[in-house]
Amino acid sequence: MQNDYIHLILADDDEDDRLFFTDAFSELKINTRVNTFNDGVELMNYLNKEGSLMPNVLFLDLNMPKKTGIECLIEIKNNEKMSGIAIVIYSTSASEEDIEKTFVLGANIYIKKPDSFNKLKKILSEVVSINWQYHTNGLNKDNFLLRL
Amino acid sequence: MKLFLKFDFNTVSKKILEDRFNELNIQYKTLGFGEIELIKKLTSDEYDALNASLKDYGIVIVENEKSILVQKIKDVIRDMVFNEDTNVNVKSSVYLSKTLGHSYGYLSNLFSEITFSSIENFMIIQKIEYSKQLILNTDLTLTEIAFKLNYSSVAHLSTQFKNTTGITPSAFQRIIFKRRDIAQQKTNSL
Repeated sequence: MQNDYIHLILADDDEDDRLFFTDAFSELKINTRVNTFNDGVELMNYLNKEGSLMPNVLFLDLNMPKKTGIECLIEIKNNEKMSGIAIVIYSTSASEEDIEKTFVLGANIYIKKPDSFNKLKKILSEVVSINWQYHTNGLNKDNFLLRL
Repeated sequence: MKLFLKFDFNTVSKKILEDRFNELNIQYKTLGFGEIELIKKLTSDEYDALNASLKDYGIVIVENEKSILVQKIKDVIRDMVFNEDTNVNVKSSVYLSKTLGHSYGYLSNLFSEITFSSIENFMIIQKIEYSKQLILNTDLTLTEIAFKLNYSSVAHLSTQFKNTTGITPSAFQRIIFKRRDIAQQKTNSL
């Protein structure tokens, strides 16, 4: 409705993963703006800074040095300013326990990192378009859960 | 006595915007003349309030016509799904094209172009959304919900729920109830 691109942030300590991620988005039809951070501390510094643009969607790796994805998730969920951000957990783990735990803590989407670039593109495109539906349609974000 | 005024429109508009946005407590950045970036997404209430408040000054938020029609399509679909009084005896494609006065092909193409999704997909999302509400806020069983939403069987609803969200209806319910418990504990401990 008001802006015609989606602002995305990825926090991941793996350089290759960050590269795949930005590449995948540059090949999608949807207009996106992607920022990446190397770890949880860098990410939280950015989000907490006065005047920073809040992303529409935030992709969090679970295993990061200094501050883990779970710690970031908890901090974000306790901050009113960041309440509008859709949180995607982006992890190599597929344990049911991890998945349910992050959902309970307030994550909206759980993605198991795919093993091919094409799959990644497909998944990311799905996430962005379904999220787009959510934030342009006033759907209830509290009930937004998706697992891919 | 006569006064001669010289206006600097740029400053005038900037000042008006600043006052209106501050009054509504909306944070923003000016990108250039007539373009503004919002720090946080607006809710539709906030958007309406902003729109109304700017209108007094002759400032209009530019929306394009296609987006408006897409919004109408969404409104009709939502009404079809959520409002049981809206009796749709015909196929939803027929109903949409009759209500909005355009052919279904046109509506469908336009919708895909603007939303990067399809009308069918949007309808499924809305139905699943409604079923989520019913699962959480009523005592209806899944079978009753399936019937209410015109699914041919409970299995069909379950499958579509799982396909759309990646989780089963019961896992969904468990997660949301756990979240509520945690929120409850937080308020109790304050």
